[in-house]
Amino acid sequence: MNETGRSVISPEAALTQAFATAREQDRAAFIPYLTAGYPDEERFEEAALGILEVADILEVGLPYSDPLGDGPTIQRSGETVLRQGVTPARTLELVARLRKSSDKPIVIMTYYNPIYTFPGGEREFARAASRAGVNGLILPDLPPEEAGGLIAECRELGLATIFLVAPTSTDERIRTVTEACRGFVYAVSVLGVTGARGEVGSEVPELVARIKAHTELPVAVGFGVSSYATANGVAQVADGVVAGSALIRELGESVDEAQALAREIARGCVR
Amino acid sequence: MTRPPITGAAKHSLSFPTPDARGRFGEFGGRYVPEALIPALDELEQAYYEARADEAFVSELEHYLRTYVGRPSLLSEAKELTRHAGGARIFLKREDLNHTGAHKINNTIGQVLLARRMGKRRVIAETGAGQHGVATATAAALFGMECTVYMGEEDVRRQELNVFRMELLGATVIPVTTGTRTLKDATNEAIRSWVTNVRDTFYVLGSVVGPHPYPMIVRDFQSVIGLETMEQLEAATGGRTPDALVACVGGGSNAIGLFAPYAYLPEAERPRMVGVEAAGEGLDSGRHAAPVNFGKKGVLHGSLMYLLSDDAGQISPAHSISAGLDYPGIGPEHSYFFAEGIAEYVLVNDEEALDAFALLARTEGIIPALESSHAVAHGVKLAGAMTPDQVVVINVSGRGDKDVAEAKRLFGLRNPAPEAQQ
Repeated sequence: MNETGRSVISPEAALTQAFATAREQDRAAFIPYLTAGYPDEERFEEAALGILEVADILEVGLPYSDPLGDGPTIQRSGETVLRQGVTPARTLELVARLRKSSDKPIVIMTYYNPIYTFPGGEREFARAASRAGVNGLILPDLPPEEAGGLIAECRELGLATIFLVAPTSTDERIRTVTEACRGFVYAVSVLGVTGARGEVGSEVPELVARIKAHTELPVAVGFGVSSYATANGVAQVADGVVAGSALIRELGESVDEAQALAREIARGCVR
Repeated sequence: MTRPPITGAAKHSLSFPTPDARGRFGEFGGRYVPEALIPALDELEQAYYEARADEAFVSELEHYLRTYVGRPSLLSEAKELTRHAGGARIFLKREDLNHTGAHKINNTIGQVLLARRMGKRRVIAETGAGQHGVATATAAALFGMECTVYMGEEDVRRQELNVFRMELLGATVIPVTTGTRTLKDATNEAIRSWVTNVRDTFYVLGSVVGPHPYPMIVRDFQSVIGLETMEQLEAATGGRTPDALVACVGGGSNAIGLFAPYAYLPEAERPRMVGVEAAGEGLDSGRHAAPVNFGKKGVLHGSLMYLLSDDAGQISPAHSISAGLDYPGIGPEHSYFFAEGIAEYVLVNDEEALDAFALLARTEGIIPALESSHAVAHGVKLAGAMTPDQVVVINVSGRGDKDVAEAKRLFGLRNPAPEAQQ
């Protein structure tokens, strides 16, 4: 299906498949997040390739100046790479480079303005992402109601559209959001922004159950996962575990430490 | 222009054409926010529609506007300024005379009353230079609410006295240390904080920006400016309607307040409506706050509007001599007015604004805010090109007390050599 010829299933189906594989091994899928080009392009690539070995799906953050859904750690990593000149186009190039070495699904996490203002608009962005080997998009500031155009482009290309469900989402909202989702559903564990926390919200089991009442898609939980223990708690109730800020914090220190933490969190994903 | 007098009922109305069901003014607006906020925005929208249809709410709002804010604010004929301009008669809408010194309080009283009606005990707000923060802290003090204000670290440093003012009023001021450390980032942080505390917190947004229903709510609360202007101008001129309205625009709340009652009249009855963007140090310098004239369409703080954004989709920092105009976007309804040709948007730079600041002080004995000075500068230019039987209304959105020290510094920097003087 894609240009490398490595995969015969659609980018979106490859995501769902990654969850199925993890489930067969009696664990939740591990979905680490890295900001594109952080702390610099060389170390990003080194860290990403190492982390991909223990990951099921990689989430790559396309940096934006005004990230409403992110806490201080990811905000500052974005500011760092923006100063280094990491653009949307450059982010896709970095993903394409990872694609040469890894078959694992990669999703882009970003905000709507860089896509809306991309040369050629959301249509061209979706095409460029698809060419780079991206499997899906996560846009925390784009609710399904505003995403009609982008959803249509993604459907045409087989790219997954991953929307977020929050603890405040009503059942009616959950239905709307999950209907627009492809690949998986992203459940936010707490009210708030991304960030490493000592524990994951007590509302998670109920939230996952409410989502699963509306969809067959896998449910990944993010916000707050920072360790074996927090990952293991989430893994008992969810199909996937997202971890970002804690990895970024370690990556600010060294690639080795980030990879070590990724291995620890991956171990925590067992059931 | 003449038309039948406004009835008393019109003055009491908060209703203007609402945006469509998706919160759009034409293609602009919408709700580009994290999912966690969508239910809160739905709740706010419903509570607001109920409140504005409730006579008890509207009369309570009017009570506080009259007995606490000091409304109606005056409409003063500026005879000396008119003589100076040498054209149309100039009237000044005196929002500078409101309690706390600017139009911002019209909105914060309304929103805090709405918060109270919704059973919220805690409010948060963003602020740039501090005017909206002070107005929110004031309303929170009046109604006994807990108040937290997010303010960029850079603005905290530049506007130390306003930080103290807010604290004096019982508010907590939280410096924001990310991004450009100014209003844009304070707004991001206020939205993040709202996401985190959405169940018990009301977000008092200060301009006609943000996700639906905020641009509508802020417009409605500010529309008292235009509604009073209609009545007062008719009374002062024996039934005249304005030929032109002029107001400065950052996010655009004072301009929308003046324009809204006129903007949806049939085209033949509409005055010229002119929003004045801050050209800062000039457009070539790249240091300006002119998203209509030099920006493009994009999404910031939850809505689609004109904004300053670079080729890679990153929001560019805005610049203006006046902190209140130092914002990289312009509200969705203004964006719609511009796209539809309902209003026009012109440019006034830092130097022209500073000249107008001094001009209004000398001619009329009124020291305007540097924001409002942009409107004065263009209003004088516009009036000069019109005829004495015509009428221009300039919105003096705030008073200049807060800017006197800065103005002293800026006048001191000017080259005193004669060839540099106009």
